[in-house]
Amino acid sequence: MFAASEVAHSLSAGWFIEHAWLVPLVPAIAFALIILVGKRLPMKGSEIGIISMITSLVIASGAGYQWIQRVHSGGKETFIAPVVHTWSWWQSAGHTFTIGQSIDGLSIIVLVVVAFISTLVQIYSLEYLRGDRRYTHFFAALTLFSAGMMAMVIAEDMLFLLLGWEIMGLCSFILIGHWWEDDANSRAALKAFFTVRVGDVGLLVGIAILYFSANEWTMKNLGVSGFSIRGISAWALSGEPNSAAILAAAIALFIAAIGKSGQFPLHTWLPDAMAGPTPVSSLLHSSTMVVAGVFLVARLYPVFFTGFDILGTGSNFITVIGGITIVIAAALAFVQNDIKRVLAYSTVSQLGYMMLGLGAGAWMPAVFHIFTHAFFKACLFLCAGSVSHSASHHSFDMKADMGGLRKYMPITFATWIISTLALCGVFPFSGFFSKDEIIDNVGHNGYNTFMIIGLIGAFMTAAYMTRATYLTFFGSPRGASAHHHPHESNWLITVPLILLAVLALGSGLLNASPFGTKWERLNEWVDPRPAVVTTANAPVVVEAHGESVCGTSAPEQGVCFAPELHHAPFKWSKAGLSLAIVLAGILLSWTLSAALYTRKDPRLVGLTQRNPALRVGYTFLTSKYYLDVLYERVIVRSIVGPIAKGAYWFNQKILDGILHSIVFAGKWVAGWVYRNVDQRVVDGAVNNSGNVTRSVGGALQPVQSGRVSQYGALLFSAAAVAALVLVIVNT
Amino acid sequence: MLVNQFLFLAAIIFCIGVYGVVARKNAVLVLMSIELILNSVNLNLVAFSMRNGSVDGQTFALYVIAIAAAEVGVGLGLVLLVYRNRRSISLDDLSEMKG
Amino acid sequence: MEMLRDENWVLSVGTFLPILGVLVLLIVPKADEKLIKLVALATSIATVGVGVYTLFQFNYQQAGHMQFVAQTNWISVIKSTYYIGIDGISLPLYFLSMVVTLAVVIYSWNHIPAPGNPKAFFILMLVLQTGMAGTFIAQDLILFFVFFELVLLPMYFMIGVWGGANRQYASMKFFLYTMFGSALMLVAFLAIFFKTGAESFSIPYLVEHGGAIAKNVQVWIFAGMFVGFAVKVPMFPFHTWLPDAHTEAPTQGSVILAAILLKLGTYGFVRIAIPILPVAAKQWAPYIGALAVIGIIYGALGCLAQTDMKRLIAFSSVAHMGFVMLGISTLTSFGVNAAVYGMVAHGLITGMLFFIAGSVKERYHTLEISRLGGLLTQMPHLGWILGFASMASLGLPGLAGFWGEFPAILSAYNPAAGLNENVFRVYMVVAAIGTVFAAAYLLWLFQRVAFGEPKGEFANHPYEDVTTVEWIAWTPMLVAILVFGVLPNLLFKVIDPAVHGVLHAFGG
Repeated sequence: MFAASEVAHSLSAGWFIEHAWLVPLVPAIAFALIILVGKRLPMKGSEIGIISMITSLVIASGAGYQWIQRVHSGGKETFIAPVVHTWSWWQSAGHTFTIGQSIDGLSIIVLVVVAFISTLVQIYSLEYLRGDRRYTHFFAALTLFSAGMMAMVIAEDMLFLLLGWEIMGLCSFILIGHWWEDDANSRAALKAFFTVRVGDVGLLVGIAILYFSANEWTMKNLGVSGFSIRGISAWALSGEPNSAAILAAAIALFIAAIGKSGQFPLHTWLPDAMAGPTPVSSLLHSSTMVVAGVFLVARLYPVFFTGFDILGTGSNFITVIGGITIVIAAALAFVQNDIKRVLAYSTVSQLGYMMLGLGAGAWMPAVFHIFTHAFFKACLFLCAGSVSHSASHHSFDMKADMGGLRKYMPITFATWIISTLALCGVFPFSGFFSKDEIIDNVGHNGYNTFMIIGLIGAFMTAAYMTRATYLTFFGSPRGASAHHHPHESNWLITVPLILLAVLALGSGLLNASPFGTKWERLNEWVDPRPAVVTTANAPVVVEAHGESVCGTSAPEQGVCFAPELHHAPFKWSKAGLSLAIVLAGILLSWTLSAALYTRKDPRLVGLTQRNPALRVGYTFLTSKYYLDVLYERVIVRSIVGPIAKGAYWFNQKILDGILHSIVFAGKWVAGWVYRNVDQRVVDGAVNNSGNVTRSVGGALQPVQSGRVSQYGALLFSAAAVAALVLVIVNT
Repeated sequence: MLVNQFLFLAAIIFCIGVYGVVARKNAVLVLMSIELILNSVNLNLVAFSMRNGSVDGQTFALYVIAIAAAEVGVGLGLVLLVYRNRRSISLDDLSEMKG
Repeated sequence: MEMLRDENWVLSVGTFLPILGVLVLLIVPKADEKLIKLVALATSIATVGVGVYTLFQFNYQQAGHMQFVAQTNWISVIKSTYYIGIDGISLPLYFLSMVVTLAVVIYSWNHIPAPGNPKAFFILMLVLQTGMAGTFIAQDLILFFVFFELVLLPMYFMIGVWGGANRQYASMKFFLYTMFGSALMLVAFLAIFFKTGAESFSIPYLVEHGGAIAKNVQVWIFAGMFVGFAVKVPMFPFHTWLPDAHTEAPTQGSVILAAILLKLGTYGFVRIAIPILPVAAKQWAPYIGALAVIGIIYGALGCLAQTDMKRLIAFSSVAHMGFVMLGISTLTSFGVNAAVYGMVAHGLITGMLFFIAGSVKERYHTLEISRLGGLLTQMPHLGWILGFASMASLGLPGLAGFWGEFPAILSAYNPAAGLNENVFRVYMVVAAIGTVFAAAYLLWLFQRVAFGEPKGEFANHPYEDVTTVEWIAWTPMLVAILVFGVLPNLLFKVIDPAVHGVLHAFGG
């Protein structure tokens, strides 16, 4: 098969990378075990979850190491073939559908992140959910959740990807609605699942379009079906696809990504998803679920690249949505009092950066941002959880129940600050390297408007995070924190925080372009090489000829799996500008926060009430741009209300009405026929025949004398007459 | 041998039977007349059987004898019951079947 | 077509064994309920035993051919023969009918609906089983018709005697609707018979000769069959008997109705209407597809408007059978495979949902959604089973429902040659939107019924969670939903060759 022929080259492989399919399988089995026997175990099943996560982490890390070996074993410019293992899953009508793994740099990096963060989140949950009434269920769902994400990440095939995608959707429903006794939580769960499901229509349609458009080409050239992600990628770059079909597929798939990754206008489920326990929010918002949409775009990048003509035009669907999302989500974060909601909107905004990067041809920076963002965002959520767990008595309201906690919770405070600085993009924290690279490359690729949007977003991020930090950790304790002796959390919580903070600080160095190309390790390991690969009869890896033809025009000999993208050279002048903007944001926000929340400066307090323009803006923000109103009140309510009722009315009154009137008409006709035809005509005939018979009988009555002898005489005379007739006739 | 004599005899017996059935009032005598009619038919059957050289007619005759025996049995039983109920076996008294 | 005639007693025994049970039940005194239940149970177990034997003896390499074929004279005056056989399309449905009947009999162990009389109840159920199994194996139109109608009467009595408050109306509606469809169907059968030279009613013969009927005649004959089968499916706008019948029927009746009876219609399309009249099928396909997607959206909207759980599930059948019909209307083997898979999956899943509705009703004595709530708190197992079945029903990958739904949507992108692609692509998008609605009504139902706290009137009452009898009846179905979801090839490899044969007029 195709896979075998690729692996046959000098590229190295190894046990871990060959068996990367175990990474999702182990947690999936663990899920079943927790459900079946979890309750009877001493730690109520949580041990199975954690062990499975650690196993996955070990395998994923081993695979990562071997992948790096593999990259080194190939040339600088060769295409490093993914490690593919497929099994036939089902056949229908001559199409074979496979299941299996396709491991490349992108899968490895996401896989490691997911396994790592899942492990830490599970450890954290041991303490955070101690004594919860559905402790075992929680761990089961959490484990399956990670399994779903990992399955999606290693997927070789669109159907398998869809499987992982939907399993995540299901688990998010269960986890967000974990405390389902409360109606609000179950509503949030429903909303999350349902909104994502709206996007999934795009995924279903996109898969169908890609399959039927690409299948013939992929079968002929690569021997794989039109579900294979590699096949689709090569097809998209082959110059073969019809531009309408691939555009339709790209739009459909991007709609799915909008739903899953909380992009405008389907971002409304994400803040509500905070109804779930904090570890869930952390996992959901850092490395799984919301990243899935971004991952989908990154994974099928050639489809979007060709479909939207990325690098060819000044803006496209992805950059527009990404740009809008960055700004509107960041703006919403200013008016939140719930610390988790601030972080939720910040996630939405950061996902906007990733989408913007992907849309503007900055593939590697976007993937790098997935990587760094996962650590600092997970850390921030877990800090928020730590605060609510140990200080604010399960409240997440910054204004009412927090403040001044830096003295009581030094570790939480320190990790929070590190992660916040990473999120804001301050040198040398990890976020600086990734976010700056996105902004830089977006500008470099000619998307200047969007670069400015990115910079505005950076300013806003710095500002709202400073506000949140100020409200939580500075000033003096308020509300629950003042009454309930705040203290530092237990080691099960702080250890994950510290680990994550270390990575939030240091993970950027893996691709630190400011220090020279030698430091750009992820570029080397993860970025797929746009080299042309011949496949037909002589599957030989061909050296790329200088400037690859992939991306701008179709390769003439063989196929390629990744478009040629440009990396912007790092310039301190540009980085200095964005750093200055960030610092300005922090300082401005700090001054205003201190003035507003501590000194209660009369010029600021109540400003949004006094100034009409600000009041309108503030109301617009607190109402979340009225999108929720539009969706819930207008769309959902009209479908559930008038439209569904109308359809049902149609069913009961019109369709059944027709039926009833047919039956009624039938009855009426039958009655008429009975009265007029049956009773008069037919019965008349019957009755008349009776009358005739009676009169004839009366005439013949005398014959019936009752005397046997007379009968005998009649009989014999009749016989005699008959005999006579017979004789006459016969002669 | 000619078959005429047999047919002639049978016709005479038949006519006597018919006369008895039509004219007599006594139920027993009517029954006996019926026997005469049946036996005249038997005579015809046997005669033609002999003439055609097959045993079919004789077989039929045997059937008729058997049925006649049964008929007499039933008929006499009826007469007996009628007599018990009415103390008379005159057929003129039995006109309940008048229409 | 090549036939395999080995062991041709198997199907007859499997089909008529329940009748033997009926005969035994007839002599059991009415008062001896225990014995009645035992006899019914033994009969269904024996039937499933024969079914399992059939599964093992079935030659899977030859799934495209009729197997266990038996053919003898029956009504020679009208050239109808007793002609039965089974292939990859029939086998799953045939076996499903046995398993569902067994599950229902087990469930009836302590759930005989009012007004009691288990003897009559089980007799009807077993007669029903013979009718259902017979329909799936009949290879002669008259035989098919007889079995098809045999199903009708027991179901009529089951709804009319053991049903809810409005049972008279519901059972009458069911009966009249189906009779109306059957009448047209019989006329269509006779028309086919005479148009092919009045030679035979055997389906393989007619498949060979039916294509030669003139096109305009085919179209009219197809119309007759269409009404007959569409009523049974039920397709919009012939579906209005379904919600009433389901709502009023006893749990057992609903389960059988949803799991098997609805499939008789779609099976008729796949086995009879399309292969015999390929030209007409092609003419009709766009309209069938249109009605199918209307049914998907319309059924979903109907669900959203419901206040009664059982009625909601009934409406969801309209939507789900829409996916099945969409698959059939593409006239591709990919689509028809999906449709047959969808039939089996829907049978298992919706049957399961009706079981749950029955058990909820038994405990709370109401199915009014607004009065229910907190099922998970009071009966966690029942609640999670409801969640599982809802997830399967909304087409979650990894559970059986997905493999009926998703390939059906996929197949609409590329219908058979000669059909208008653009029209079907519109259907595809509409059907995909239908999956969102499916998620909406099922999860909304789940949220309202299972989540939250129990409502006041039921709050302080201890309810028994899933009982042993219920576990025994349900476990096979739950396991099957999971297994068919994870290993779709178990079914596809059986269905595929047979579907290929059915559609050979369209070039596969």
